[in-house]
Amino acid sequence: MKPRAIWTSYYTIVRRELVRLFRIWTQTLLPPVITSSLYFLIFGKFVGSQVAPIDGVTYMQFIVPGLVMMSVITNAFMNTAFSFYSAKFQKTVEEILVSPTPYIVVVIGHITSGVVRGIITAALILLVALFFTPLSIHSMGITFLFVALTAILFSLAGLINGVFANSFDTVAIFPTFVLTPLTYLGGVFYSISMLPPVWQQVSLLNPILYMIDGFRYGVLGISDMPVLLSASVLISMVVILIFVNYYLFKTGRGLRA
Amino acid sequence: MNIALEIKNLTKTYGTGTSALSGVSLTVKEGDFFALLGPNGAGKTSIINIITGLVNKSSGEVVIDGISIDDDAPGAKLNVGVVPQEFNFGFFENVLDIVVNQAGYYGVPRHIALPRAKFYLEKLGLGDKLYTQSRMLSGGMKRRLMIARGLVHEPKLLILDEPTAGVDIELRRGMWEFLTELNKNGTTIILTTHYLEEAENLCRSVAIISQGKIVASGSIKDLLSGMDQEAFVFETIERIKENKLESLASFSPVQIDEHTVELVLAKERTLTDAISRLREIGINIKSTRSKSGRLEQYFISQTQKAQ
Repeated sequence: MKPRAIWTSYYTIVRRELVRLFRIWTQTLLPPVITSSLYFLIFGKFVGSQVAPIDGVTYMQFIVPGLVMMSVITNAFMNTAFSFYSAKFQKTVEEILVSPTPYIVVVIGHITSGVVRGIITAALILLVALFFTPLSIHSMGITFLFVALTAILFSLAGLINGVFANSFDTVAIFPTFVLTPLTYLGGVFYSISMLPPVWQQVSLLNPILYMIDGFRYGVLGISDMPVLLSASVLISMVVILIFVNYYLFKTGRGLRA
Repeated sequence: MNIALEIKNLTKTYGTGTSALSGVSLTVKEGDFFALLGPNGAGKTSIINIITGLVNKSSGEVVIDGISIDDDAPGAKLNVGVVPQEFNFGFFENVLDIVVNQAGYYGVPRHIALPRAKFYLEKLGLGDKLYTQSRMLSGGMKRRLMIARGLVHEPKLLILDEPTAGVDIELRRGMWEFLTELNKNGTTIILTTHYLEEAENLCRSVAIISQGKIVASGSIKDLLSGMDQEAFVFETIERIKENKLESLASFSPVQIDEHTVELVLAKERTLTDAISRLREIGINIKSTRSKSGRLEQYFISQTQKAQ
């Protein structure tokens, strides 16, 4: 395919996915806003008012980056996982597989829509957070970098899940039993410096910790770990998952008999 | 004449150990209307899925318009349009979006795809359904939608996997006319169908596949002229007494009812022979017809031989 044709193909995948995203906005964009509002209200206002400031910021301000990232992770993941599994389930994925669209374009197209959903979700939740607490972004560049990288990473992970899933139940297994526990244990509600030394070391094995910590630095200017380390962990994982996805599509694992 | 599709020694064994194709070879010439026939599970859809990239082959070679799918799969796919057996479009998407998006996957820009999609949908009688969700369409409309979708990037080779399954006769005839016109305009067509009358009416060439092997192939005309025998059904004016048929043993007579008899004519015998013999035993003929289509008889004989 010529570059222009590849672009058309990419644009078509992204457009179709985004049309779907906005068509069912009550299922895709509204729920994270409602959930986050409840977190802000209960943990930020009611519980947070009883908690001492952490690294010079109020507890409400401290949890904002974690809650934003939690939604970005979940939404980016679910966007590609559900969308791709639905396409497999309805066999609409065959429309793309019979076409000359290069596999890497199929991957990037789906990832783009996951990233767009992740970024929109992040923006909405940051907007909601402003109703509860004043926020001034410490570094716009780092904030955006971590949202984008996290959305890319979990869109890629969601796509792998969608490729391998063979029922709607199996789509939900990874987010329920792996993603949610790792997210809650990734420093959404606490700084790892509050943990006993052993658990601080264990926490370092949790990749989500680096995402939340890096994003927290971007928003509040405080972090438990060097931002460069967090960004490096994220970038490495993104690169690995791009190759995994490309390999899956090229070999047809979970897609072609 | 150029070759639209060439398949050499194609084999496919699925992960379950099922061997679907055992060394299939066939050639489809450019501009041909080609029937790929076979009983259920014979391997027709496996061949189509390998050509279109939905199934990985185990071995063999597939060359589309001179491009091997091993060397340049995207390049080969550009020339192929496929109309699958099962509905595989988004049920919540509207008709126009389904067709325009498909064009997009083939690199056709939206400003070209839109009028083209409308043209094909109009041609296939779906002009008033452009903005209808596909799940609201009838079965026949869904089949026509898939034909429009398969054509929107204007492929040189169109593969139709049982496109008229479950479609009423009137609609089927409309689709036949459309496909004939398409073929006349230069599109090579490969058709799989269980309606052998359809294949006989539309196609010029045929390959019959049974248990993963090609058991016959060539031009329909040549294959049928080589048939050893053909069965005819005779409706008689007089009532047929069973003992009267004994003298027609060489025609392998089978009495269907008091006024109907089936006779098998060997290749060297003519219909006139059979009618004369019936007259000789005092039976006059009201009407006669081939028991089933000639291709159907040939198909049954070939697939039975293979089994």
